[in-house]
Amino acid sequence: MEAAKPWSPPAASGAPTTPKKTDWGKALPFVGPIVLFIVWDLVVRLGFIKPILLPPPLDALGALLGGLAGGPLLGDFAVTVWRTVQAFLIAAVVGMPLGVLLGSNEKAYRSVEFLIDFFRSTPSSALIPLFLMIFGVSDINKVAIAAFGALLIVVFNSAYGVINARKQRVMAAKVMGATRWQVFRDVLVWESLQPSFVGLRSAVSMALVIVIVAEMFIGADSGLGNRIINSQQVMNVKDMYASILAAGALGYALNVLFLVIERKIVHWSGR
Amino acid sequence: MNAVLNAPVYDADVPAPEFKPGPAGTHITIRGLTKYFAGWPLYENFDLDIPKHRIVSVFGPNGCGKSTLINMIAGLIPIDSGEILFDGKSLKDTKIGYVFQNYREAMFPWMRTIDNIAYPLKLEGRSKAEVDRRMAELVASFDVKFDLNRYPYELSGGQQQTASIMRALAPNPEVLFLDEPFSALDFEMTLFIREKLQEVFMQTGTTMMLVSHDLEEAVYLADEVLLLTKRPTKVAEILRYEDPRPRTTATLSEASFIAAKKRSLEIFQREVRR
Repeated sequence: MEAAKPWSPPAASGAPTTPKKTDWGKALPFVGPIVLFIVWDLVVRLGFIKPILLPPPLDALGALLGGLAGGPLLGDFAVTVWRTVQAFLIAAVVGMPLGVLLGSNEKAYRSVEFLIDFFRSTPSSALIPLFLMIFGVSDINKVAIAAFGALLIVVFNSAYGVINARKQRVMAAKVMGATRWQVFRDVLVWESLQPSFVGLRSAVSMALVIVIVAEMFIGADSGLGNRIINSQQVMNVKDMYASILAAGALGYALNVLFLVIERKIVHWSGR
Repeated sequence: MNAVLNAPVYDADVPAPEFKPGPAGTHITIRGLTKYFAGWPLYENFDLDIPKHRIVSVFGPNGCGKSTLINMIAGLIPIDSGEILFDGKSLKDTKIGYVFQNYREAMFPWMRTIDNIAYPLKLEGRSKAEVDRRMAELVASFDVKFDLNRYPYELSGGQQQTASIMRALAPNPEVLFLDEPFSALDFEMTLFIREKLQEVFMQTGTTMMLVSHDLEEAVYLADEVLLLTKRPTKVAEILRYEDPRPRTTATLSEASFIAAKKRSLEIFQREVRR
């Protein structure tokens, strides 16, 4: 009975100290953005940059939220998402099987390696005029060039995933009597999953970049890229910054989404 | 081929009952084995007989190719020339099991542990009922205390290695190869798995080839200690150690064990200095 009384105070005094520490740790990721917003606000307020070039952050945020909450920005946002998703799906559906097949036949991969590396290193935006000639000024054009850029990344990563599969797991399957096909199905495909996901994540970022660029410069009448360039031309900077932030948020969200999916599917990664 | 392989499955002791016996008591016959590494002979015209229903420990100087030897017999490394026969059959007509030193990279982390163990049975195209029966048998004989529905990476090192030995034994192999199976484990797990291995051997009599760098462990488990020379590798000596099983920790202090260990060490040191 007596022990209960002195026992409670340390628990009470101990409790606030631990959450305090974790609270600070959790707050750290917000420090950067808050500092950026303060600097941004001060720069505009103190007149270092004219408000006609850079709106106050709250105005830009207001335009972003207002635009996304049923405003015209939402429509352009949706169009860009849809184009990116289309391009990404084409790249993933074609690229992953192609990469895994190429990777499991090293001679085949070596013979196309230069082409993949060359076009992977070529900025896809440099190919926009070429795609314009093939597809014309169309919606398909934007999706096609984004899909092309993303495809090479997926192929490369999936192929290397298979090529660098742990030799011992392949040997373990062989010694248990697995045929070449069974080794491929039960080991190589799985081993390639993690690098494939790295490829998919880079590919979706690449697709978004190319879609935005294409929307800016290939006679689009919709999409975030189109919105950014249009508002820039009429000096509607509030809307321009809102669109830029929307594009950034989209890229960030896609990245996080793929990290979450990857952790779910490739549950053994890093263990 | 599956029909041939499946025939003796239910009877672990006698892998191929109808087969004409080779030289009495011999299971694996190696003749004229030659293997070059980077232009230098590792094995040249190497002959060896591995007895049936025995545990043979392979011991020798660093770099003499202990692991390479069992890897060549198990078909993991191609040989340059020579012949390796299992009861007169070639490797592809023989069911073998192999336990790797690095269990982390031998198990498939995308499968649950239980599916890892059942994998070789599924490769053989066994029915679900057969797989389940064999798995129950294995779990009973290994006295498994951990949850096989977990993924391998969720288990301790010793549990993972236990699981990979179960996987290797699942299809009732004629020969079990173990490449330094204890070297990545702590002492407690080493003792545990060593006992399990001895129990399984006493139950099934499966021919085993064990590569070890620990002389005590090599002698403790062995019926024969195969001592190798430096490269080009020859058989330095084959030492019989015939203390009855089950051997226990008491065995470790018996005169016969100490003598066998001492003799092995002498041969080993002679070969290292040569």
